[in-house]
Amino acid sequence: MSNQQLDGAQALIKTLDELGIEYIFGYSGGAAIPIFDALETVKTRMKFILVRHEQGAVHMADGYARATGRPAAVLVTSGPGAGNTVTGLMTAMMDSVPMLVICGQTVTWMLGKDAFQEADIFGITIPVVKHNYLVKDTNALPRIAREAYHIATTGRPGPVLIDVPKNISQGPFTGDLDAGFDLPGYHPETAMQIDEAATKQAADLISKSKRPVILVGQGCMISRADKELLALAEKLNAPVTSTLLGKGVFPETHPLSLGMLGMHGTAYANKAMVECDLLLNIGSRFDDRIIGQPAKFCKDAPVIHIDIDPAEMGKMIVPDVQIVGDARAAINAILPLVGKLDTTEWLWKLDSYKKKYPLGYKKQGGLRMQQVIDELYQLTEGRAIISTDVGQHQMWAAQFYKNDKSYHWLSSGGAGTMGFGFPAAIGAQLACPDSLVISISGDGGFQMTLFELATAALHKLPIKIVVLNNHYLGMVRQWQELFYEDRTSGVDLVGNPDFCKLAEAYGIPSVYIKRPADVTRMLRKALDYNDGPILIHAECVKTDNVFPMIPAGAALEDMIIEAPKHRMAKPVGST
Amino acid sequence: MSHTIVTTDTPVEAPLIPRGPMHTLSILVNNQPGVLMRICQVFSRRGFNIDSLVVSEGRNANFSRMTIGVSGDPEGLSQIIMQVGKLIDVIHCFEHTSENSVTKEMILIKLRCSPEERSMALQINEHFNGKTVDLTPTSMIVMLNGDSPKIDAAVSMFSQFNIIETVRTGKVVMARGEQPT
Repeated sequence: MSNQQLDGAQALIKTLDELGIEYIFGYSGGAAIPIFDALETVKTRMKFILVRHEQGAVHMADGYARATGRPAAVLVTSGPGAGNTVTGLMTAMMDSVPMLVICGQTVTWMLGKDAFQEADIFGITIPVVKHNYLVKDTNALPRIAREAYHIATTGRPGPVLIDVPKNISQGPFTGDLDAGFDLPGYHPETAMQIDEAATKQAADLISKSKRPVILVGQGCMISRADKELLALAEKLNAPVTSTLLGKGVFPETHPLSLGMLGMHGTAYANKAMVECDLLLNIGSRFDDRIIGQPAKFCKDAPVIHIDIDPAEMGKMIVPDVQIVGDARAAINAILPLVGKLDTTEWLWKLDSYKKKYPLGYKKQGGLRMQQVIDELYQLTEGRAIISTDVGQHQMWAAQFYKNDKSYHWLSSGGAGTMGFGFPAAIGAQLACPDSLVISISGDGGFQMTLFELATAALHKLPIKIVVLNNHYLGMVRQWQELFYEDRTSGVDLVGNPDFCKLAEAYGIPSVYIKRPADVTRMLRKALDYNDGPILIHAECVKTDNVFPMIPAGAALEDMIIEAPKHRMAKPVGST
Repeated sequence: MSHTIVTTDTPVEAPLIPRGPMHTLSILVNNQPGVLMRICQVFSRRGFNIDSLVVSEGRNANFSRMTIGVSGDPEGLSQIIMQVGKLIDVIHCFEHTSENSVTKEMILIKLRCSPEERSMALQINEHFNGKTVDLTPTSMIVMLNGDSPKIDAAVSMFSQFNIIETVRTGKVVMARGEQPT
């Protein structure tokens, strides 16, 4: 096919294919018909997955990216179709997830005239994307698609949206399919240049430390610094704690691992943060969920902050040494300048905290979410890709499903998007057909995107769909119990469907667990079924609470390790 | 049918919201639709108010130059500068101080002015190196330029007449010496 015969949509699809996009998740509509048509007329290696709602498509692309580090594409129509991607874009933006979202749009001469299914999606999405385009020239489509891919995947990754009016996608393409970038303001390559003076300062601080803590975030994972991080931690003999999104970049079963820190992190990780004499943050943005009260955070310890995004420097915590750049390059620069630290006493102390404040749960008085997750961890030997939703089950999954590898933990951290987990698991399973993928949701979040059961069933994806049902929006109920004198308001999910029957309606088998004694047997049964998705409906204790807990805005030293006996003041921090 | 002409030009007291010190930013951007929206959103998200804004094409028409006058706490502003700087369409974003840069703005002042008052008005205008750009038996428009305090002083002097309205361009800034702006 020569260029003369292509239309804009075909040039766009050809470019996406050449970029190596493997999956397009989408939903059609009037303004996107030319692009959908190009999927039929252009021969590509790309596979199209028809979802049941545009939000599902974006979360699937998100799950695909979180399981591989590579972007997938989303293709939707204008107006409501594009609008339904906003929550998914915000989720991806908050967690630095690369993806390309392509929207159909009304013809250019109708823009701004309230045309049918017209929405200013360019304007609507500016705050929730790394960059976006409204294409006005058919011949610019390949360049814009290449730029979008480049922007989405380099530097601090993020979603990029391309809005394509129908006359642009339908118009004849007479341009250059290989047109180069026009990005004079974007220089991600500078991330590889690590400031020598700052590295030296960091190494000096590290060398003086007796009680260091390495805090790792997702930035460390994105730069694929797993090996370098392990080498650094072992060389220094320094403990490592990770953020929710950093789970797995440092093996959580390693003796130097303190697990996750923060609001519902381990007591020993949070105690380590309070007592350390040096904090080395590699690729975490000091989220409010991990620092509690900024003024009291690590106030006696110097802080070294490594981040690829200069705008993160001093945003929450002003570091003593800042290294702006790629995490792996920075670790490689630091490694030769440091040696083994005298941390014996420090590690001994942290070990005593691990023994004194272990994560635990009761096996009496009904089925607990923690038990289901813990047994899943034991039965799968920690090798599954876990996709979670948001709420109590998410925190328990973070605590009890230990991750030893990068890209095995998919969870909406920054945005806290309910409904994320299940579609993200679909994206991950498509990305990694040979991996065991487990979707863990609560009854609330699952019902927000359960329509994708059809997508999972259609493609016979062997996802284990765990629904931990406590008939409540449990995390909010926990706050209401602890801080609002147990006045539950708007959290009782009375009217939940029978999730097993629901699965059956989609042709999906299920198992039902109510008694703690049945967990192992039923989970085994579900794990042994691989002919398609299977739903595991666990009827759990209604009013369990997640501990440890640092109330929002409180200092890390004010962590509550077990259920408090007295009434507590309302938290002052963000949500 | 009668119309009430609403004038927004009646002088009022300074705003009640504490505004913090003034800053001047110069931003070189890719000349793309939406770039102003992207930049304004960074300011509004952090609750900063833009006091003045001048946008015009650069010598190279692929780029535009923005000068933004903004007030607020310096800590938040340094964050905003970094957040603006990382926008894909932004080439650079620099803050300029009065020591290392020159700042100028222009104002048009429309006066209701009788023939008896005219010579006095012209005298004041001459003092400020202003020009008369429109003259009628009952009114005149004067044009002045300079740094913001000079403009403020001129407005204050002209206030003895009946000012119908004023239009200020907002300030533009340029780094001194050979430094890029």
